[in-house]
Amino acid sequence: MDLNYTDEERAFQDEVRRFMKDNVPADAAAKIAAGKSLGKADMDLWHSRLNDKGWLAGAWPKAFGGQEWSAVQKHIFEEETAFHNAPRIVPFGVGMLAPVLQAFGSKEQQDYYLPRILSGEDWWCQGYSEPGAGSDLASLKTRAVRDGDHFIVNGQKTWTTLGQYANKIFCLVRTDPAAKQQQGISFLLIDMDTPGIEVRPIILIDGVHEVNEVWFTDVKVPVENLVGEENKGWTYAKYLLTHERTGIAGVGFANAGLASLKRIARTELHHGRPLIEDPLFAARLARIEIDLMAMATTNLRVVAGADAGAAPGAESSMLKVKGSIIRQQINDLARRAVGPWAVPFVSEDMDETNLYHPGPDYAAKASNTYLNNRKISIYGGSNEVQRGIITKAILGL
Amino acid sequence: MDFNHTEERRMLADSLRRTLERGADWAKLAELGVLGALFTEDEGGFGGSGFDLAVIYEELGRAGCTLPVLEAGLAGGLLADCGQSDLVEQIIAGELRTTLAYAEPGLRYDLGPITTSVNSGAVSGRKTVVGGADTADLLVVSALQDGALGFHGVDPKGPGVTLHTTPSLDGGMVSEVTLDAAPATPYGGTQAQLEQRLAAATLAVCADALGTMDTAKAMTLDYLRTRTQFGVPIGKFQALQHRMADVAIEIEMARSAVINLAGNLHAEARERDRHASAAKNLVGRTAHLVAEEAIQMHGGIAMTEEYALAPISRRLIAAGHRFGDEDWHLERFIRLSA
Ligand SMILES: Cc1cc2nc3c(=O)[nH]c(=O)nc-3n(C[C@H](O)[C@H](O)[C@H](O)COP(=O)(O)OP(=O)(O)OC[C@H]3O[C@@H](n4cnc5c(N)ncnc54)[C@H](O)[C@@H]3O)c2cc1C
Repeated sequence: MDLNYTDEERAFQDEVRRFMKDNVPADAAAKIAAGKSLGKADMDLWHSRLNDKGWLAGAWPKAFGGQEWSAVQKHIFEEETAFHNAPRIVPFGVGMLAPVLQAFGSKEQQDYYLPRILSGEDWWCQGYSEPGAGSDLASLKTRAVRDGDHFIVNGQKTWTTLGQYANKIFCLVRTDPAAKQQQGISFLLIDMDTPGIEVRPIILIDGVHEVNEVWFTDVKVPVENLVGEENKGWTYAKYLLTHERTGIAGVGFANAGLASLKRIARTELHHGRPLIEDPLFAARLARIEIDLMAMATTNLRVVAGADAGAAPGAESSMLKVKGSIIRQQINDLARRAVGPWAVPFVSEDMDETNLYHPGPDYAAKASNTYLNNRKISIYGGSNEVQRGIITKAILGL
Repeated sequence: MDFNHTEERRMLADSLRRTLERGADWAKLAELGVLGALFTEDEGGFGGSGFDLAVIYEELGRAGCTLPVLEAGLAGGLLADCGQSDLVEQIIAGELRTTLAYAEPGLRYDLGPITTSVNSGAVSGRKTVVGGADTADLLVVSALQDGALGFHGVDPKGPGVTLHTTPSLDGGMVSEVTLDAAPATPYGGTQAQLEQRLAAATLAVCADALGTMDTAKAMTLDYLRTRTQFGVPIGKFQALQHRMADVAIEIEMARSAVINLAGNLHAEARERDRHASAAKNLVGRTAHLVAEEAIQMHGGIAMTEEYALAPISRRLIAAGHRFGDEDWHLERFIRLSA
């Protein structure tokens, strides 16, 4: 047992820290610290800085121009990202599609798409979920019918995160309605500019345009945009889901969130004294911090196991459940910490007039962030679904 | 012992519910007698007991009504205490809209020490998170005059008054009110009267949250019955069934806490506030639970602004930030129960 990083890992951590200090764009960091949404330009800029350093593809295999970071290195990078209020790498192209293409795509697809992901030429979004297919993703209905050199796609995807910025969408579509659910699904790459695609915004509970509906009406997709084999799409999607997901616990975000929560609690007053001295509040804060300390080690245990070659399958479900709960509790406590300032509710898509939040900067988005992050126990496999995986795959019930 | 509401109260609640379902404006509420039911007969109304308030606010919460009724009751109550029966009459008739500006920034949920003060008939200071100020004809402002607390009438559109108004988490509007030598009419009034009226406002928020929780529960139940995944309604999953059962249990506990407070609203101050804090703490915990469970059990749809649960969840969370949060009331309960 040794709780410390190796010398190489520490050297890597130092390098990441130096890079972040010198390169994280100040305005993006300020937005993140204040809980505001980033624009496409913020994310593009950060991607290009990382790409110049070779770190946008840090997790990719060397054969594809990556650094083949170990699970611990990925973990360190994610921690430092959160700590420095750097933008997150937008996962859809770099972290979701690329591994699938690397494992199952054709040489032509790899040569064409992977560089465009890194250069920022392509912005991908994920078209899995449908109105009727959420937790039960395999029941998806969007149809792709072969017609000569094309598939004709009809149907609707929903919850498409940042689809408003995307020029490409990777989709799970049904190609064989006769086959057993999971077996009739294919993985298709679709150009968002194709006629017949319509993107409609969905405004979330915190008033922000973050997700979209994407409608497909007789959309012609060239057959060469099929990834791997027809009707094998479910296998590829599953590969992605069980593919190592070190970031799933969100420990870096939790640490950053806790630090900012403590700053709030030192500034807000309760009976004229700093809130952090209120025993009831301090107890709430301490319980979360205690959990987070154990969470960080739980996360590292799984991460270290992954480096040693064990596939973190069902363990990542544990990280998802507990990690999301801790992050949500931090947001919850930040909302409580700002007291009455949680009541004025100003959201970005109402910004037109002079609707500034009247409280201190740290209070402006406390309610919004709390509400928005209710999503993290719902998306990417809800916590109920994760518990189902744990009961079956780990506990054997 | 009798846990049934009187015939009059039931009738008012029923007609209020039907009216709110069709959509009601201020005049309609006045016409229905909702505003009158906030005041006792002595004050010119025909209600004013804890149970009158409880049934009304429960219906307002159930319907998600965002009109500033609570604000009218709070400010109007103090006006009644100060003998301003003409103004109270106008409030009950729906002709005068008013709100109380008492909280000040930096005090969190404490009532004082305030700094807003009156000098030669003009009031200066800052009041925070004031509900309904944007539509009010009259602000009732708490202020110190020669060190003594009193209430003063201020015209929100008059000189020396600046409002910065934003939407509120509960669906209404809230304002920051800056007073710079604004002309003020002195009404008198005491700290004890303020505390009595704030206990009533605490009851109002609790009853409102109770009605809101009933709606959240009904919507969630409906969704559990109709949303299918894996070929069955999601309400068939025991993981969700048991959580829904817990939600139902906790809501009944909240209902009892509201009854306890309503029945003690006019008890002596210590006992009254002990019940107010018990109710606010318990209802705060329950509203938080119900909001989070309703969202989680719905899944993604509950995250959208378009789905009707969104304002309901926000209203439940907002309830925790009005007139003291769970911890503020827990601390006071500990003190008053010692
Ligand atoms: C903000 C946000 C962003 C998203 N981004 C994307 C994206 O970019 N691309 C994409 O494809 N999808 C995205 N999603 C969709 C997300 O993956 C789904 O919301 C998620 O899979 C849950 O599906 P659902 O919302 O339809 O809920 P449902 O599946 O209808 O679930 C409703 C409730 O039932 C529970 N439940 C379901 N099945 C079971 C079971 N077997 N046992 C016990 N309980 C069960 C759920 O846990 C939940 O509580 C996003 C969602 C959100 C909210």
